[in-house]
Amino acid sequence: MKMIKNSLGRLVPDEIPGVGKFEPYVSPFAYLDRKLTSPAKSAYPIHPQPPRRDKVTSDIRQAIERSGLEDGMTISFHHHLRGGDAVIPLILRALSDMGFKGLTLAPSSLPDSHDFVADYMRSGLVTRLFSSGARGEVGRAISNGEIEIPVVLRSHGGRARAIEQGDISIDVAFLGAPACDKWGNMTGSAGRSACGSMGYAQLDARHARHVIAVTDNLMDYPLRPRISIPQYLVDQVLLADSIGDPAKIATGAVKISRNPVDLKTARNAFDLLDASGLMVNGCSFQVGAGGASLAVAAYVKDYMKENKIKGSFGLGGMSGYMVEMLEEGYFEAMLDVQSFDKSVTDSMTRNPNHIEIDASCYANPFNKGCVAHNLDMVILAALDIDTDFNVNVQTGHDGVLRGAIGGHPDTAAGAKLAVIVAPSFRGGVPTIKERVMTVCTPGETVDAFVTERGICINPRREDLRRRARDAGLPVKDIRELKAEVEALTGVPDDPEVDESRVVAVVENRDGTLLDSVYKVV
Amino acid sequence: MIIKKAQAGSLESSDCLVTVEPADAYSMSYSGQNEAIFKRRTERLALEIATRLSVCAHISIQDQGALDVTLRARIETALERAAGDEGVRA
Repeated sequence: MKMIKNSLGRLVPDEIPGVGKFEPYVSPFAYLDRKLTSPAKSAYPIHPQPPRRDKVTSDIRQAIERSGLEDGMTISFHHHLRGGDAVIPLILRALSDMGFKGLTLAPSSLPDSHDFVADYMRSGLVTRLFSSGARGEVGRAISNGEIEIPVVLRSHGGRARAIEQGDISIDVAFLGAPACDKWGNMTGSAGRSACGSMGYAQLDARHARHVIAVTDNLMDYPLRPRISIPQYLVDQVLLADSIGDPAKIATGAVKISRNPVDLKTARNAFDLLDASGLMVNGCSFQVGAGGASLAVAAYVKDYMKENKIKGSFGLGGMSGYMVEMLEEGYFEAMLDVQSFDKSVTDSMTRNPNHIEIDASCYANPFNKGCVAHNLDMVILAALDIDTDFNVNVQTGHDGVLRGAIGGHPDTAAGAKLAVIVAPSFRGGVPTIKERVMTVCTPGETVDAFVTERGICINPRREDLRRRARDAGLPVKDIRELKAEVEALTGVPDDPEVDESRVVAVVENRDGTLLDSVYKVV
Repeated sequence: MIIKKAQAGSLESSDCLVTVEPADAYSMSYSGQNEAIFKRRTERLALEIATRLSVCAHISIQDQGALDVTLRARIETALERAAGDEGVRA
């Protein structure tokens, strides 16, 4: 494995044996210079079927045998069922029992609760993992160097690109379907395991060679009134006792933080949005569900109410709060690739302007225009950030994989204003580093870093810094803020890693490599 | 002079629990979620305090994410308590 230094000064491999060749990262939009095109081709795998073929089976072995799955092939899942997902354990157990080995696991992401995947990686059932993130036991197993082939971590947009370009070639997609009819029309908006949008699964359904809907809720044909994935993309319908734990799928509405540090951070972030001049009629907005992020949305809503502003669209992972903003008329539409909580689940059935979009539409940089590229403002969280504004959302203070990239780099690259919010220190550890352990979002695409102690603006955005200063906001140089916080916390060391052993790589949205993750010592 | 075992602090988040015991030679141990990145900082800090107060003890720190000032206060207080009536301060 030859290591090359990319434009961020990070060493990345030029090839991962068993996966393929990679180019080093150059810049956020370097891919535009390559003038990539591909000839028109059928978007969907061709697989003619006789009329009235019976697609339904409750025999999991039979379904797997019919799919033609072989050792070494690639399987995929979606993570819309969140921590309640029972599809991944069900299928992996069956594949393990049937003696499969050497599979590539390429889910849209892995839910927090899926520690058991580590065991299937140790047993040899799964030898390659492509994911948005790795947490818990899976993250530890990878970081400890227990998995031979380095894991490829991609953003949601990057995964969509990889699937459409063929870097990820899915042989069999097992798609959990909260509501499904006998010919495979599915939706996530109904049923006891309802999860809301199936945006990630839509892409897998279009491109996998063989698609198996896994459902515990067979509906009368034709499924109505909504269809997320249509029958012509589906080979089989597998009936399961349960595809998930409804209590863990439909978690309660995400509440706005009451932590004063989060609220102060959110206020600072909102003031920056205000100063940016972007909060006007027709604006668009994405916000995460955690910590300070959702609190920013609350300030935005109050501002829109007071100033009689109506936004164009809200994007992304949808929380109940965003649905509330739609229903109260603060936005024309919500474009939803993934629903975060229970209050969102049936909103698409109720609200015609709550629109389900697929992962490529959301954030793929190589299609003819993704929504992330239309975005005005995005508020994003971070584990840590460095003085070049590079953001890490993947490795913890101990160097172990514990997060997921999600749409972070996609929206940061696409939005006119990308604001990172985080407390200035957490658990005694400062958030600003000289150099983050793992670059997930390049600093070139980040406009500002906001904490409870002030606002740091990327020197690339002198215009924004001027606006913030003119508005009297607490603007601080990121190095000054770093020193201020380190006076309280002390200066941490970097955790020790074995740089001769790459355990994972972080791929930029365009397929180039941003960084390597090393084995922890 | 450290004459007995004593503690200061707690295992609440953002605090630390410091345990001091009489010993023939100075030693310290440090554990907690930030072990990988704050071991050297904490060793420096504890040694500096022990040297300043001229005490010989085993200092054990369970760190729950304490700030510098918290660590200092807890270490000094634990040493103070372990020194008995005469105290450690000159």
